[in-house]
Amino acid sequence: MLDRDIVAEYKLDHDFLEEIYHLPGGHEIKKCIQCGTCSSSCPLSYVMDHGPRKMFSLIRAGFRDEVLDSNTIWYCSSCYTCAVRCPKEIKITDVMYALKRLAVKEGRTKGKKSVVLSKNFARMVNTYGRNHETELMTRYIIEADLFHAFKFIPQGWKLFSNKRLPLLPHRIKNMQQLKKILKKVDELGEI
Amino acid sequence: MKYTYYPGCSVSATANIYRDSITALAPALGLELEELEDWNCCGATAYMSVKELMSFAISARNLALAEKLHRDVVTPCSACYTVLNKTNHYFAEYPELREKIGKALDAGGLSYGGTVRVRHLLDVVCNDLGCEKIASLVKKKLTGLKVAPYYGCQIVRPETGFDDPDEPTIMNRLIETLGAECIDYRMKTVCCGASLMGTQEDLALRLCRNLLLDAEHKGAHCLVTTCPLCQMNLDVYQGKINALFKTKFNIPILYFTQLIGVALGLPLKDLGLDRLAVKLTKPVKQIFEGA
Repeated sequence: MLDRDIVAEYKLDHDFLEEIYHLPGGHEIKKCIQCGTCSSSCPLSYVMDHGPRKMFSLIRAGFRDEVLDSNTIWYCSSCYTCAVRCPKEIKITDVMYALKRLAVKEGRTKGKKSVVLSKNFARMVNTYGRNHETELMTRYIIEADLFHAFKFIPQGWKLFSNKRLPLLPHRIKNMQQLKKILKKVDELGEI
Repeated sequence: MKYTYYPGCSVSATANIYRDSITALAPALGLELEELEDWNCCGATAYMSVKELMSFAISARNLALAEKLHRDVVTPCSACYTVLNKTNHYFAEYPELREKIGKALDAGGLSYGGTVRVRHLLDVVCNDLGCEKIASLVKKKLTGLKVAPYYGCQIVRPETGFDDPDEPTIMNRLIETLGAECIDYRMKTVCCGASLMGTQEDLALRLCRNLLLDAEHKGAHCLVTTCPLCQMNLDVYQGKINALFKTKFNIPILYFTQLIGVALGLPLKDLGLDRLAVKLTKPVKQIFEGA
């Protein structure tokens, strides 16, 4: 929770806005008029630490920790309702993605289960060229939710018994080509 | 009509009933879907959450492969539809990004000029073929069936190319074309929770409960979806929703292709309708078999 007192200026990160501003999709953030259409459209703002409107205000004021440690960015399910309704046409969902990546980059991922899923998803694609859902969920459960592994059994069984859970992955033929592309991105550096 | 077909990972795996229904339906509709050779994952929402340029680059590999064929790409998955389109938009809008994607593709011996049009199968079926053509192919009218169209998110947002993001009607017209009654309900475009079902199950279950509640209240016999993740959440998790919220939902969750297939007289088994987690209920079965 935010301190009710006025936060001392020196505690704020004044470069934070510029950082977000320079990310693709992030340059419209200065246009936000704080109307609240995003927060009132969001199906999950009721459980978020800060709704999207407040997030934008926090970014502009320089509340780096409050933004990047919030559950907001990980509760965004990418439904894009806010983005299509925003009167200033801010790509809100894409800003959330940028914040996710920044949080990952800074290692602010403790207890964030979505990160485990996303990282393993990327791993599936980097290994096979495609997502292997069965292996992805197995890895995710082991890494993030082993304690509750049993809760996934009924759904897994429903898929399996209806022949909807392939056990073997499909690897694309030209994996070498994909690897070369990924390697090049590594050299170029992320955006 | 010939298209380059991009099924996506889910349609090839946990949504294989969607795949089967498309395989059965396409020839009956006269759609020629040629699968993109050696396609890779689009990256979905997950890859984008950890690496941006990488996710655009892997997505662009598909577009580069498809560009050589000079045809529209059609995908049945809403997430693939959004991600591939988003790659196109960012490729066009951000020169710096375009240059980097170009260099990455070049390393793999590919190039992309940004000319591929990516479309959702629902758009192709309803707009290229059109309801009149479909009506002429209907063999069994689904009279008496109350269908709730569930549009979800990533087919109408953020790509708003072929329907309204808040009040889409394209599936309504399709349902009526098949002789069924279309149920209008508030939750038709509200998120099912998507991949939060894996990571924040409590939140996703609640979203699904709310939309099933709305559809049931309006008297829907079944829901019709266009997205593998929506179908999975509402179908496979329906038992869990019932257990948690003490509800008694028994609403089969169909793909729109399955519904068209039934009306065109294709066998239910070929359409994967025997492999739903929530089995076809008696009234639905009666209409399907007796129609």
